[in-house]
Formats: sequence, C-alpha cells, structure tokens
Amino acid sequence: MLAYAIKRSFAAFLILIVVSGLTFSLSHLSADPALTIAGEQASDEDIQAIRELYGFDRPIYIQYLEWAGRAMTGDFGESYHYGERVSTMIAGRIGTTMSLGVLAILFALIISIPLGVVAAMRPNSLVDRFALLVAVFGQALPTFWFALMMIIVLGVWWRWLPISGNDSWAHFVMPTIALGYYATPALMRLTRAGMIEVLGSDYIRTARAKGLSPTVVLFKHALRNAIIPVVALAAVWFGFMLGGSIVIETIFNLKGIGWLSYDALLRSDLPVVQAIVLIFASLYVVLTLAADLVNAWLDPRISVR
Amino acid sequence: MSILEVENLTVDIPVAAGMLHPVRSISFSVEKGETLCIVGESGCGKSLTSLALMGLLPKAAIRRADKLLFRGEEIGDLPERKMAHLRGGAMSMIFQEPMTSLNPAYTIGDQLMEVFRRHVTRDKAAARDRAIYLLEKVGISSAASRLGQYPHQLSGGLRQRVMIAMALMCEPELIIADEPTTALDVTIQAQILHLLAELQNEFDMGLILITHDLGVVARIADKVQVMYAGRTVEEGPARAVFDSPQHPYTQGLLRCIPIPGKTKRGERLGAVPGIVPNLVGDLSGCMFRNRCPHAAPVCATADDSLVTGPDGHANACIRPEPERVAEAVA
Repeated sequence: MLAYAIKRSFAAFLILIVVSGLTFSLSHLSADPALTIAGEQASDEDIQAIRELYGFDRPIYIQYLEWAGRAMTGDFGESYHYGERVSTMIAGRIGTTMSLGVLAILFALIISIPLGVVAAMRPNSLVDRFALLVAVFGQALPTFWFALMMIIVLGVWWRWLPISGNDSWAHFVMPTIALGYYATPALMRLTRAGMIEVLGSDYIRTARAKGLSPTVVLFKHALRNAIIPVVALAAVWFGFMLGGSIVIETIFNLKGIGWLSYDALLRSDLPVVQAIVLIFASLYVVLTLAADLVNAWLDPRISVR
Repeated sequence: MSILEVENLTVDIPVAAGMLHPVRSISFSVEKGETLCIVGESGCGKSLTSLALMGLLPKAAIRRADKLLFRGEEIGDLPERKMAHLRGGAMSMIFQEPMTSLNPAYTIGDQLMEVFRRHVTRDKAAARDRAIYLLEKVGISSAASRLGQYPHQLSGGLRQRVMIAMALMCEPELIIADEPTTALDVTIQAQILHLLAELQNEFDMGLILITHDLGVVARIADKVQVMYAGRTVEEGPARAVFDSPQHPYTQGLLRCIPIPGKTKRGERLGAVPGIVPNLVGDLSGCMFRNRCPHAAPVCATADDSLVTGPDGHANACIRPEPERVAEAVA
C-alpha cells in the first residue's frame, strides 16, 4: 500500500511539472506581460524598462524555473493588475469555490444514485423512463443556458433566490443546481448500469437464497459493488466542477477562484492564471488519488494488485 | 411426514416465440436423512426446478404446483416475505459457481454470520462461534482467522466449502445442491461430495442433489429422478434405476459412463445422439422420441406419464420394455 502511494505521488508530481510548464510557456507566448503592466498609453521605452525590471527579457525556461522554485514555497508572486499577493487573493476565494464544488457533487450524487438504483430495479418501467428523461436533459442542456433560465424563472419572475453574489447560503442554491445537474446524467447512468449488472450476479442470488430482506440485498450486497465505478467517476467530475465553476461563478458573480481566473484571463494577469491552473491541476491529481483509495476500501480486491 | 413433497410442479416462461415449458408436471418427495438425486443433461429443467422450490425463479417465470409441501405445510402460495424466512433458514441452497456466488466486497465471516443473525439470533458472538464451528466442520483449517478473509483470497474448493458452511448455518432440514461440484477440479469434486454426504448424515437433513454426473449419483443417492426436457422420465430407488434402467434415455445415459464390473475392457462407451428438443409452444407425446432408438409413431401422441412398478421404480416410456423386446424378436 505504501509503495503504491509513493509511486502514485511521484506520478502526480510529474503531472504537475508538465501542466505548470505548459501553462507558463503558453501564457507567456500568448500575451506580453510587460504590455499588460505598462498599460495602453505607455511608450516603447517604458515597456522595455518594465521588461528588464521584471526579467521578461530572459529565456522563458529561466523565468519558469524561477517561478516554479518560488511556487514550491507557496509564493506565486503579485498580481500585475491588483498588486496584491496572489496567494492571499486565492486563499480568500478558494473557500467559495470548494463549497460550490462540494455542494454540486453532493447534489449530483443525491439525485443520481437513488434515481439510478430505482431505474435499475425496474428497467424500462415508467421510473426508468423518467430517469432517462432527466439524464437526457442534463446532458443536452448547456450549463450556462440552464443557469440563465434559472435566473430568469427563480430569480427574476418569482424572486425566490438571489441571482448574484455570495453573501448567504441562498446565493449558492442556483449555482449548485446548475453545476450539479451537469454531472447527474453520467453518474445516474453508471449507477443504473452497475446495479443492473450486479443484480443479475450470482452473489445476489446467494443473498436472496439466504432469505435476506430486499433492503439488505439491494443496499448491502448490490449497491456496494455497483458504486465502485461511480466513486471514481464522481471524483473526476468533482475535478471538472472546480474547473467548470469558471462559467458558473461568472454567471452568478460568485467571487471564487473560478471567477478570479476569468477576471485574470481577461486582464492577462499571468501570475494569477498560473497559480490557479497549478491549484486546479493539483486538486485534480489529489482527487484521483483519493478516488483510488476509496475504491480500494470499497473493493478489497484492488489493494492487492 | 416428508420434509418436502412436490406434486405436479410446472414452470412456464413467456418468451418472444411463445410460452416456454422448461418444467412440466414433475412430482417427488424427500424424507429426513434421504438423498434425492435429480439427473439430466443441460437444459432439462433441473436447475429451474431447484430455483422453483426456493422461490428464486426469475420474475417472468410462472410457477404452478398442485402441492408444494414443506414439513407438511403448503408453501406454494406463501408471500415473498414469509418465504424469505424459510430460505437460508429451514431450507438452504448450494450453487454451482463457487467462484462468483460469494460477494467480493465482504469477508466470508460477515457473509456466514449474516444468515445466522437473520434467522436465528442477532447475537454476534453466537454467530461467530457457529461460523467457526461450521468452517471446521467443512474441513477448513484455522477457521477463526479465515473469517476476516475475502472470497478472492480463497481457492474454488475452499469457497465451495464456505458455501456449504453457509448453507448449514441455521441447521436446515433440507439442502438443495445445484451441481455443487461441476465448477471444481476433479480431485476436489470427490472431497466436496464426500463432505456433503457426511454432513447430511450427521445432521440428518434431506438433500436434493442436482447433477448430470451419474458417477456421483451412484455413490450417494437413495432415490434417483431422471429428467428429460422438463419431464421426469424415470424415477425410483437408486439401486433399481442403476441395476435395471427402464427408459431408453436412462439406458443411454448409463451407457455413457464406465461402471466397474459391468463395462468390459476395451468396449466403447455410448453416447446419446441428437439434441434436446425445443420446449416452446404446445407439446405432446414423449419428448425423447426424436433421439430414441425405439421410437414408433405412437410416441408422438401418447401420454408420457410415469407408470410405477412394484418396487416404486417408475418410468415414462410409452413403449415399455416387454413391447420393445417383442419387436426386436419379430
């Protein structure tokens, strides 16, 4: 188990180097930070002076190594636009994004697992068809459109929920639904497929032959086995959601790091963009690792390999 | 009083092409301490018969029976909730596939204790003691430490022993074993059967052993029931059926296996040519007629009910032995 964890951590480290290296070089190729800092009215001399002052005139790999070395100590530099420390800016906003991500994935699981189980118990029944309908809608509707529709109906017409900002729990309701619904179809379909397969297995017949109650057969013997791939997928989706929160946070004006990255991209605020990409990538890697560990706990056969 | 008495058990399954009749009006009974072997080739309805007894048929299947008495009580119309109380308790089942019949996510201790705690007592310690006792009974060494193991850590033979222990947890009066040794190595097969027969003797249970292995039957059966295409074609005390098989199908089956003292050295073993018939739609006459060396036009229409001889040995051949012999002479 320890060897497995060490191996995985090393792989994770390599992934982070590649991701940060790519982001760093691509963003420096696509935008000239000196121009951003100097502003539109700056003269060529000013721009050149800034270039030298910040070290933008040096080869890009030197700049990257310097940035990476500081990033490892948690120092991501200062925002070009706000002049604030990037680490402070992120620390102040990451809570919002994490809350949204956790709420959204919980929402998705709470909807999709029961729906998938019920659909699997009676394939092709009315309930199954309804679940399919929910899934098709979730897959087909673009998140931003769905979010805008909710704003119009729940926020503007009926005035049930606030449409912008992150001052109270009520501000999180619509973003959670919009983001969570997006993940529901995949998780629901996987739960349904897994349950149908498991319910037809020999050990479920054994469980029934033991005279166990339908509840025990369904939840203890079937769901535990059917849920294994769902856990892995949920972790991946949680990663997507943190990334996908860029759109949702922008629409609902939730000031998390999704919103921050959108803002930073518009302003070519490179230190902020790089830091956020690195953080998203790290979260993603950690989540995948966590999913593997949860799976090893759910399925005793995995940890042996 | 028989532990189990079945009269005219029928299973029908609606399929796209019409109604499938995999089990048609079969009857049998099992006494305390008795072993009934149900024999037949794949697809003859023997596994469905066992599932029908346990109330574990697939949802689409329709079960009917004139009598389905367990310990003298009718269980044919028992609601599922009450049936579940019998299953795993007073009657239990051992399946064909030990590799997949245990849940991979739980320890064998958990799976053993679970059935005891469902039917006997919630007491965890008692369930644990019972599980250890039975694991030792089925010949598993260091039983206590095995409780924490997962199915994938055990071999096929060990898993089948666990399945047997599980079936015995609540002191059942009837055990139904559906081809319990088919999936195992030949060397293990004999051990498992031996174990099963021994335990049956010790606990004085009724045992229904479903198999296509006549060698197995010869060793442990008290009564034999030969099934073909959903019908009983021959039944009776094991000795009688083996010594003087009456139905051409039974005779064919017995020619397929070497019998010590009977089969001559160098003699070719027999085979039953042809395949089992399609059982969809209306069926009449003897289903074996298209593979039978003695078939005559009358076999397509006549009644194929069992005719019982003096020693309880019954067979369903429409043209019984004397008639066939007369024909051979003429």
